[in-house]
Amino acid sequence: MNSIQTLVELKNISKNFSETHALRDVSFTCKKGSVHAILGENGAGKSTLIKIISGVLKPSSGDLIVKGQPVQFSKPSEAAKAGIVCIFQELSLIPDLSVAANISLANPPRRFGLIDNRVQNKTAESLLAKINCEDVDPRALVRELSLSRRQMVEIAKALGKNPEVLILDEATSALTSRDVETVYDLIGNLRDDGVSCLFISHRMHEVEKLCDTLSVFRNGQHVETFAKGERSDNDIVRLMIGREVGAHFPPKPVYARSNPHLEIKNLTWETSIKGVNLDLGKGEIVGLGGLDGQGQKELLLALFGVLRGLDGQVLIGGKPTRPNSPAAAKSDKSSIALVPEDRKTEGLMLPMSITDNLIAASFDQVSRYGFISREKEKAAVASGLAKLQIKAGHASDAVATLSGGNQQKVVIAKWLMTDPDIILLNDPTRGIDVGTKKEIYKLMRELADAGKAILFYSTDYAELIGCCNRVAIMYDGAVVSELSGDAITEQAIVAASLNMKTSGTAA
Amino acid sequence: MNETIDRLRISLSQNRGFYGALLGLVVLYLIYNSLHPRGFSSAVLVQNANESIVIAFIAIAQTFPVLIGGLDLSVGAVMTLTATIASELVNGSPGHMIAGMFLTVLAGTAFGLMNGLIVVYGRLQPIIATLATGAIAMGLALFVRPQPGGNIDGDLNWALTNSLFDFAETYHLFDDGNAAWFQIIAWIPVPLVILFGILALVWVPFKRSVTGRTVYAIGSAEGAAYMSGLPVARAKIIAFTLAGFFAGCGGLFLAIQTSSGNADIAQAGSYTLNSIAAVVIGGTSLMGGIGGAVGSMIGALILRVISFYFRILSIDPLLQSLVEGIVLLSAVSLGALRTIQVKNRLDLFR
Amino acid sequence: MSMLTKMNPENKPIIIASGFVVLILAVGTIYTLSTQGSAPLLQPKYLLQQLQTGSFLGIAAAGLMTVILLGHIDLSIPWTLTASAMIATTVGGHLAIPAGLAVGLGIGLFSGLGVAYLRIPSMIFTLGVNSVMQGLMIAHTGGFAPQTAATPLMRFLASEKILGIPVAIFVWAGVSVIIAGILRFTSFGRSIYATGNSERAAYLSGIRTRRVVVGAFMISGACAGLAGVLLAGYSTQAYQGMGNAFLLPSIAAVVLGGTHILGGRGRYIGTFIGVLLIVLLNSVLSIMQMPEAGRQVIYGTVIIAMLLVYGRTGRITS
Repeated sequence: MNSIQTLVELKNISKNFSETHALRDVSFTCKKGSVHAILGENGAGKSTLIKIISGVLKPSSGDLIVKGQPVQFSKPSEAAKAGIVCIFQELSLIPDLSVAANISLANPPRRFGLIDNRVQNKTAESLLAKINCEDVDPRALVRELSLSRRQMVEIAKALGKNPEVLILDEATSALTSRDVETVYDLIGNLRDDGVSCLFISHRMHEVEKLCDTLSVFRNGQHVETFAKGERSDNDIVRLMIGREVGAHFPPKPVYARSNPHLEIKNLTWETSIKGVNLDLGKGEIVGLGGLDGQGQKELLLALFGVLRGLDGQVLIGGKPTRPNSPAAAKSDKSSIALVPEDRKTEGLMLPMSITDNLIAASFDQVSRYGFISREKEKAAVASGLAKLQIKAGHASDAVATLSGGNQQKVVIAKWLMTDPDIILLNDPTRGIDVGTKKEIYKLMRELADAGKAILFYSTDYAELIGCCNRVAIMYDGAVVSELSGDAITEQAIVAASLNMKTSGTAA
Repeated sequence: MNETIDRLRISLSQNRGFYGALLGLVVLYLIYNSLHPRGFSSAVLVQNANESIVIAFIAIAQTFPVLIGGLDLSVGAVMTLTATIASELVNGSPGHMIAGMFLTVLAGTAFGLMNGLIVVYGRLQPIIATLATGAIAMGLALFVRPQPGGNIDGDLNWALTNSLFDFAETYHLFDDGNAAWFQIIAWIPVPLVILFGILALVWVPFKRSVTGRTVYAIGSAEGAAYMSGLPVARAKIIAFTLAGFFAGCGGLFLAIQTSSGNADIAQAGSYTLNSIAAVVIGGTSLMGGIGGAVGSMIGALILRVISFYFRILSIDPLLQSLVEGIVLLSAVSLGALRTIQVKNRLDLFR
Repeated sequence: MSMLTKMNPENKPIIIASGFVVLILAVGTIYTLSTQGSAPLLQPKYLLQQLQTGSFLGIAAAGLMTVILLGHIDLSIPWTLTASAMIATTVGGHLAIPAGLAVGLGIGLFSGLGVAYLRIPSMIFTLGVNSVMQGLMIAHTGGFAPQTAATPLMRFLASEKILGIPVAIFVWAGVSVIIAGILRFTSFGRSIYATGNSERAAYLSGIRTRRVVVGAFMISGACAGLAGVLLAGYSTQAYQGMGNAFLLPSIAAVVLGGTHILGGRGRYIGTFIGVLLIVLLNSVLSIMQMPEAGRQVIYGTVIIAMLLVYGRTGRITS
């Protein structure tokens, strides 16, 4: 054991939040120049681990040792001084400040004690150039940038701190594929310079491509660390969830196309949706694929009545229907449900009780003359909790106390209470543990079997392949290819996503 | 050259509210002066400056808490408190007067500091905390001066509420204000010099300091500001302290102007509410993170210029609050027209 | 003690505020016993009289609470109250009270539309509305107290007694039951909480959030209007600035009752107790013949102190 080679070491670290143990007696080392993946389900303690390393949280007990010295960080800036820099999943940028100000936020270049904007812009320019983002103007405000550009600015900001240990927490989830490649290259270069990367991702292919060491966490404990290739994927999944999993996806019944329930004809909105044609039958799961940001999210919002100024036609059950609000969309006429992109801000009222969240979309169903019926409310909540096997202490607990997966289940259960005919799903499994993912896949299939029409946007190709009867690939605001049956392969999806006509698999 | 235009273009697109307010003020004031029988004269400017400076200070004071996404409902009361203190202290020998002015502003600053400490370490919502401390400030003002009155040096009152010429004449500077070079600036009202001077000395360095940046960052995304290692607690305390400082400046000037102090609850409340209106008209977002003190000053000046119109157009002064209300509602509604064009309704809920 | 820590955090401010009400009564009584040898604060007659004058504040605070639950605020209460009172006395006759309430509803509707549809911060929009109403009323009256008098019914509701209990208290109780019922038992009430917590999530749940906002402002306007009508009945006429003393105490009452100023959390009973607290505090200070200066300082200090206590207990559970 060479101590110089060990950058960060945790010894018997525990972290308690009131009654729950987020981390239990964790010992863990991160070596110089390694790209180290941290794997685990949600709630396994990954986030707590990196928050402790990067100074956001203080451990309840145990020692944190950086470059051989025991340290105690009281805030993230102290960790940054010690060379540990984290790119958090929730962006840490200030929307109303310029890109340059964000990149040298806490430690700007100064002249006569005042911030020197010129030098600050130069610094930003050179850092952005390093990650192939010359298109970002350092003087632009962050709020003017797209999500993927912001993520890149976040990475530039981290680089500006000259990290010795760089922690990436789902840092590639919002990136375009070109940027993902850039980040991969960057990580490689950093590793060659002796920088360690701690890498948290739910995408196995990323982990396999980038990392040399993998650590698996479960229930707040460090299960095992091993070099890449020592374990098979199945082994890793088993370590993560602590039990055998069979096939991820429920079997797909053969779908016989009948009259479509939902028809979208030449739908257009602003610059994001450019003439989408798509139909969807009862009992069918249609996937929306393609690179991120090709108009998939906007399409779902358009169908749900959120967008103004649409062109084109939407037919439901053969009749032209265009709701102008979510309230209209969920009404009997169109009977649409949407599981939104961000469950924390769009799907749930976090401080409110599970009950209040579950009935939030179905007041009409549980009330009479505007008064809520206690019995109906109770019955509805009980059936919702049971149907989705939501693990909750008490229905009056705040929904914020649930794990991410259970929170997402509450969002889905909320919408099932309205008994919708059409279900729109916006990446419902993002950031959710494997076990819950599997339950959601199964539920989707059951709903389809019960005659619902499901439109399912996912950034995970495996999901599209495993769940969908048909996959529509969007590119630049239009559906460029539809794949169905055995033609739904990873290769075909990737080819269509890049709008490569040569692949020949397009339907 | 190109770069200057480029920079201006970016600044324009990022600060639409501010430039709109500036344009509005210039147009309003030019029309006012051309309607005024003695328009474009030093006398009119002096009078207007005197009527505007206190609300301008209070609006600037309100800007800092608003930038962090809070609100200070005590600025009017702190102004009143400091005015009563000034009415007791600002007289006697020059040294005594200067010490009195210093203590007055210090009292306002200290009260602001207390607000900041309560908000940060008591973890209270600024609006409620300052609602309560505002009552305390009013109570203290009533202790200091149960009846209106006071005793402020007459020379000081004359020198600070007129043009630079009068200032120089009063204190026998620059050949009693007759020096040739001095004539270029002799017409400028002293209140404006004081206002711009303090603004330049405090606001410019503030905006270009890490503390100032942190104030903006808190209003924009507090969690991100903390995560990025910015001194969040310190910046919040300083924001409220500066609010107290400027409210103290406002109170000091109010006392000098009126040569007295008056613990008037209604007046304090109206200054507080007008300061919020001025801040918003000046392009600062009540959500925090966007705007600045210069805009608030312009917002305050717009509010005042509108009231000037009542005099020259001989409108019934009873209608003043009606017109002020309509102006405020139209100004904010104008800014809100953008929401009607929003194509993605989710953008409304940010 | 263990009860305090296990309690639902929403109830904590309510319990503490209730305790403080008892404390105020105790301190006041000790004071009067030692100085005058009597205990007026414990006499039902005196208490009822205090509650009678407190009922106007209570009604205004009840309406304001629905708006604060949305994370908004209604700064137009002073002149909504005054305008309703003035219009009611001007109209007179049987239509006086409906006219007063209609003014309140109308102002609430206007504010609600501005806040919900133009998305102007309520703080600034209602400030403007208050200014406009002030201007309109001054123009209407010429800046003097209107000569018109309150109708007999208004006076009955505000000053008479039934079974020895002031009618105004019954009105306040009625308003309380209605507001508490709306918040607790109706889908509109639940929508207020949902919208106050996260308007985005509520909208995407298919709640018509803009109508909810407009509805809450109309309730606030109507309550302020009713308070104005009653206050005019109590003083037998409407007068300039009669609403000025209501804004800050009603905000304080709502917040001291545990409603979160940023919306989403709070129970009606808390607001009720918050009003009791403020009314009794005023009574005790009057009995002590505290000068205005001392009152203001005590008033502010009590609010700060209580909120600090709420904050402490909140931290223990979280």
